[in-house]
Amino acid sequence: MAYSEKVLDHYENPRNVGVIEDDLSVGTGMVGAPACGDVMKLQIKVNNEGIIEDAKFKTYGCGSAIASSSLVTEWVKGKSLDEAAEIKNTHIAEELALPPVKIHCSVLAEDAIAAAIENYRTKNQ
Amino acid sequence: MSNVKLPIYLDYSATTPIDPRVAAKMAECLTIEGNFGNPASRSHSFGWTAEAAVDQARQQIADLINADPREIVWTSGATESDNLAIKGAAHFYRKKGNHIITLKTEHKAVLDTCRQLEREGFDVTYLEPLENGLVTVDMLKAVTTDQTILISVMHVNNEIGVIQDIEAIGEFARENHIIFHVDAAQSTGKVDIDLGKLKVDLMSFCAHKTYGPKGVGALYVRRKPRVRLEAQMHGGGHERGMRSGTLATHQIVGMGECFRIANEEMATENERIRMLRDRLYNGLKDMEEVYVNGDMEHRIAGNLNISFNFVEGESLIMALRDLAVSSGSACTSASLEPSYVLRALGRNDELAHSSIRFTIGRFTTVEEIDYTVKLVSAAVEKLRDLSPLWDMYKDGVDLNSVEWVAH
Ligand SMILES: Cc1ncc(COP(=O)(O)O)c(C=O)c1O
Repeated sequence: MAYSEKVLDHYENPRNVGVIEDDLSVGTGMVGAPACGDVMKLQIKVNNEGIIEDAKFKTYGCGSAIASSSLVTEWVKGKSLDEAAEIKNTHIAEELALPPVKIHCSVLAEDAIAAAIENYRTKNQ
Repeated sequence: MSNVKLPIYLDYSATTPIDPRVAAKMAECLTIEGNFGNPASRSHSFGWTAEAAVDQARQQIADLINADPREIVWTSGATESDNLAIKGAAHFYRKKGNHIITLKTEHKAVLDTCRQLEREGFDVTYLEPLENGLVTVDMLKAVTTDQTILISVMHVNNEIGVIQDIEAIGEFARENHIIFHVDAAQSTGKVDIDLGKLKVDLMSFCAHKTYGPKGVGALYVRRKPRVRLEAQMHGGGHERGMRSGTLATHQIVGMGECFRIANEEMATENERIRMLRDRLYNGLKDMEEVYVNGDMEHRIAGNLNISFNFVEGESLIMALRDLAVSSGSACTSASLEPSYVLRALGRNDELAHSSIRFTIGRFTTVEEIDYTVKLVSAAVEKLRDLSPLWDMYKDGVDLNSVEWVAH
């Protein structure tokens, strides 16, 4: 399998790996399943203005899954929740030049954003 | 560490490079100056010299396995040998019964051949081995019927390197008048094969796992008691009618020479390879959540098949780009297909996905093994730092109790 330069870069130097300590300002989304070969955990920290000021991830999955989650942590930072929810798998797949068999990785990353936002909103109703 | 040439080849069970001594012998059988004749030409010396070279190679095969050279049929490789043995025996003995027994962990050359026979109306039992990859005579006995005409069990498994008890299975098959076929593609030069003692009727070989060329193999067909086969390839009646086609002198000479070398050097070679394998294993085994696949005792010296829990297989292969190794998961498909061999041992999908097969051989060095240990340890550590499953495991979460949001 040949990987694009951008996938390789994110895989070699993943951005924003880690865990944010949980409190009311933090939304956590975990999607995927070990038996399917990928699990993504995405956390967002939202400030008083409703802007995502930090994001961290941990991913069990192939290089494309790692790159997709690394990329979205960069993209969601500085965005409002509604803006972050606009990030679609097609943007991710295009940015990383994912081949067709790896599109599901970008879908999973989109799902992870949605799950993190929903978790934050549920906690802050 | 720095003067290791990359990538490091640790995939000797996929194929081996040709030993230079073998290549030299093969090169003598190609050009006008060399031994290029058709071994079947009876009317001139070109044919006679070619035939003599083929006869010598036949003797070299026979010597390694303690058989009679007249029991050797040349083929294009182990796949063809498996096809000829299984289809040939099933077709010939069809009047006696229609039941065949084999293992779920066999090579596709055996499994797909059996599938074809099922389409022709045969009944095939695919036995699941024990968790360690081995099968016992009692397991075979339990599924044998009065219709059973053929048992096919591989000698050495290509993925996990375990060695089946061919001797005991042979005794059982002979007592019950069942033809016994053994795929020995992975065992020449690694395990002693004494067909004077083993009650094996048909045995498949190839050259390219034993430092010989690809595209040549042999089938051992026992003469006493005589085993009959229906030919699968028809033509000029070569190989006593069992396999027609002009013999490929250069390939056959290469196979003979590589088996000769195996016969002479296997004792010392296996000792050295075992030392390297143990060095690799010892370098990796102290990491947490590392599992060896297949029995460690009944196993060839050069195989280490190991799963790294909580690390995804494809990302691991990506991290190990400087190593030529095999993985338990197919990286090219969207639906990750874990190794059917590891599944048959009862390994869960995650462990099957995260498995790596290291196979060590004649040209592997201590430096390469030490480099490999460092590379693999660092890759596993890095990927676990990235893995949410690893964190959950460390926090004592039982991953089987989690409700996953599968997509
Ligand atoms: C156990 C086993 N059987 C059969 C084969 C097929 O051999 P060949 O490639 O010579 O057809 C192989 C090798 O791929 C093997 O490992």
